[in-house]
Amino acid sequence: MSQQKLMAIPNVVTPNQPVLFNPEICNGCNHCVEVCQIDVYIPNPEKGKPPIILHPDECWYCGCCANDCPRPGAIIFNWPLQSRGYWKNKETGKIGQV
Amino acid sequence: MTTWHDYLKKEGQPPSWPYPIRFEEEQEVETDVLVIGGGIAGCWAAISASRTGVKVVLLEKGDTVRSGAGGPGCDHWCNVPANPHSRVDPDEWAEHMADVPYSCGIGLQIQCREDWDTLLEMEQMGGKIRDIDDEYVGAEGRYDDTKLMISPRYGVKHNLWPEPGAGEPGFNPPEERSNVVIRIWGSTFKPALKKECKRLGVKIMDRVAGTSLLTENGVQGERVVGATGLNSRTGEFVIVKSKATIIATGGAGDLWLMNTELCGMSSMHPRTWTGEGLVMAFKAGAEITNLEMSMPIGIATGLKHKWYSGAGDASYENVPIVDANGKRLPYPIQGWEDAGAMIPAPDVQAKIAEDVKKGVYELPFYGDWPSMSDVERRATWNLMLGEESTTKIIIDTFNRSGFDEKRDLQQSYKFIEGAGLPQWRNGGGNFMMDWDLKTNLDGLYVAGTQLVGGQDHSYCAATGRYAGRKAAAYVKEVAQGKVFRDQIRKEKERIYAPARRDSGIEWKEFHAGIARINQYYNSEFKTETLFKMGLGALERMEMEFVPQLYALDPHKLLRTIEDLTMLEHSKMIMQASLVRKASRMGFTRIDYPDMDPPEWNKFLVVKLINDKFTTRLQEQRFWGNMKEEYEKRNADYEGVYKGD
Ligand SMILES: Cc1cc2nc3c(=O)[nH]c(=O)nc-3n(C[C@H](O)[C@H](O)[C@H](O)COP(=O)(O)OP(=O)(O)OC[C@H]3O[C@@H](n4cnc5c(N)ncnc54)[C@H](O)[C@@H]3O)c2cc1C
Ligand code: SF4
Ligand code: SF4
Repeated sequence: MSQQKLMAIPNVVTPNQPVLFNPEICNGCNHCVEVCQIDVYIPNPEKGKPPIILHPDECWYCGCCANDCPRPGAIIFNWPLQSRGYWKNKETGKIGQV
Repeated sequence: MTTWHDYLKKEGQPPSWPYPIRFEEEQEVETDVLVIGGGIAGCWAAISASRTGVKVVLLEKGDTVRSGAGGPGCDHWCNVPANPHSRVDPDEWAEHMADVPYSCGIGLQIQCREDWDTLLEMEQMGGKIRDIDDEYVGAEGRYDDTKLMISPRYGVKHNLWPEPGAGEPGFNPPEERSNVVIRIWGSTFKPALKKECKRLGVKIMDRVAGTSLLTENGVQGERVVGATGLNSRTGEFVIVKSKATIIATGGAGDLWLMNTELCGMSSMHPRTWTGEGLVMAFKAGAEITNLEMSMPIGIATGLKHKWYSGAGDASYENVPIVDANGKRLPYPIQGWEDAGAMIPAPDVQAKIAEDVKKGVYELPFYGDWPSMSDVERRATWNLMLGEESTTKIIIDTFNRSGFDEKRDLQQSYKFIEGAGLPQWRNGGGNFMMDWDLKTNLDGLYVAGTQLVGGQDHSYCAATGRYAGRKAAAYVKEVAQGKVFRDQIRKEKERIYAPARRDSGIEWKEFHAGIARINQYYNSEFKTETLFKMGLGALERMEMEFVPQLYALDPHKLLRTIEDLTMLEHSKMIMQASLVRKASRMGFTRIDYPDMDPPEWNKFLVVKLINDKFTTRLQEQRFWGNMKEEYEKRNADYEGVYKGD
């Protein structure tokens, strides 16, 4: 651990990951990059790889990137912790959360 | 590896900017009609103009395929009294809708007359407007002959609060409903609109934000002869020469919202709504009104839950609200039983709050999905929420996380998250326009949200379609105007100044600074002293901090330009607020508490003449007799598009 080289980088912006990409399924077609009206993503410099989340702090959580991805499972929506809705099982009272 | 810092850790350096850098390079295009903003109104304007055979260029800040508030979807085609199941007369209904202060009879008349045709054209283009797959057979409001699905909204009247007798047996019987709102599958719309634009040969310039209007000889108040734009990926400067220009840039979303992250996160407006259309037109000499009006944001502010992730939100149709013990609350459910009422009347709301404190109702509240019939539940969960814009992803993630609407109660955040601050507001003003949706400037038209009384999706679609038709007719009569090189040079100076610096103040801090000024000096407490202090504070921002703004790449440059717009916009609002020496809806002054005294019961209209801020008052209902005025100008209207 003490051997590890650490870079000095600023705090990461919050919220930071509106989506999670699955590199096994995503083929880097960049359709989500085009669909996003905010330009939250940029294409990965390495072809065939998932886009890079460059402006997560500007996302308006419209969902279009995930809705329109042609490869199911390649991009999973990832609500910030403060935005995860709750529910309750009507019979058992058990609480669930997104 | 998906985040920026993952990349940094792996590669030891940040990624390079992925697009070519063309700061200050010029691209020039010439067209008949230029549309600025490729959202709902803008796409419709481009399509209808193009269908008359004129050349059209469309500038869109994002990508037209999903941009704008309506890009992700829409589930209500509101206010469509010309549909075959409607029980109201379109002209009478338009009058009824316009019968509120500071509304706009022009837009409403266009909507009520033409938005059924607009919807049929949407269907021609591939938008889904009927239950053709028979998924909702048996749902209330579904007509088996046309497969159209009427929504409970605007049931007997158009009212936010329940009418007397709501919820009792026999209230809102099917044969008395107005049937003016149709449920639709709006997530299919935006891609279809973009496709049609392309098919018609509209030149779409995505990722280009309009930044200023060009006027004949560069003179304020003269004919608009084009516009300038900035490409937010390359930094390229775009010059469009046009015979007519249509502004359809939506509204201004976050003049009062300080936290730039949270504005994006939970807002009713896409981040792209930054007021440029209105401000660039004002600078060119266009007349603007309603600037002084602003309202607290009741829902969807950044610090509250995402709209719709709590049951009991504004438009959950037919979902009963219960307390933690399953006791039904006196909330209307925007459903058949209360004719689409959305919120409890103020006295009922106050009583609920009191009862919560007394323990009559226990928090939290829930939406009782399991108590609904299967078909009504599916109609609300899958059709309404599945199609209404940013809600599609919400129902997807709920279901994926294990929520089952047949079994589970969905939590509401009423009370437990607190009320929105009166200092978080919505506002920004509207264009004045005539019956052609033309502004006071020759060659400049407007459509959608930014019209006086700008309303919902179908209003924006119908007015966009109408403005496109009128602008196309105008360009057939006029020659190309002459752009003035000096005006372009000045705009380039303005735009690229922050890109020439690499330290100073960044856009986010600047944004927060302006929002703070608006919160302090023009929100809940309004007085002359506060407005003057606000104006002074904004002027200091301009003098001291604008010269320090810097932008490291084209994207940040666009955000910086948006902030400059925000500064101008806030000044305009402060100036207009100083002028209105009375209170009105959305503008309660402490020093002039009289609400709408006769001499002030008018629109306050502002414009620049030789850069001087001037004002005039305009009577309400300035549009005259709605039916007659509409018919006078639209004798040649051909109805639904018949193909080319
Ligand atoms: C969550 C949500 C749910 C909704 N549900 C419904 C519903 O069910 N029914 C309904 O009737 N309405 C609904 N609405 C409202 C509806 O979406 C809007 O009324 C409609 O989209 C407004 O149309 P518009 O053309 O005025 O603006 P938009 O469609 O937002 O288009 C404005 C466009 O202008 C672009 N733009 C901005 N500035 C510039 C610039 N400087 N240069 C170039 N382009 C620019 C933007 O990127 C955007 O694409 C909903 C809105 C939201 C957010
Ligand atoms: S997430 Fe989907 S849309 Fe985005 S690059 Fe991967 S495969 Fe393409
Ligand atoms: S949710 Fe919307 S704004 Fe956020 S990254 Fe996806 S497309 Fe962009």
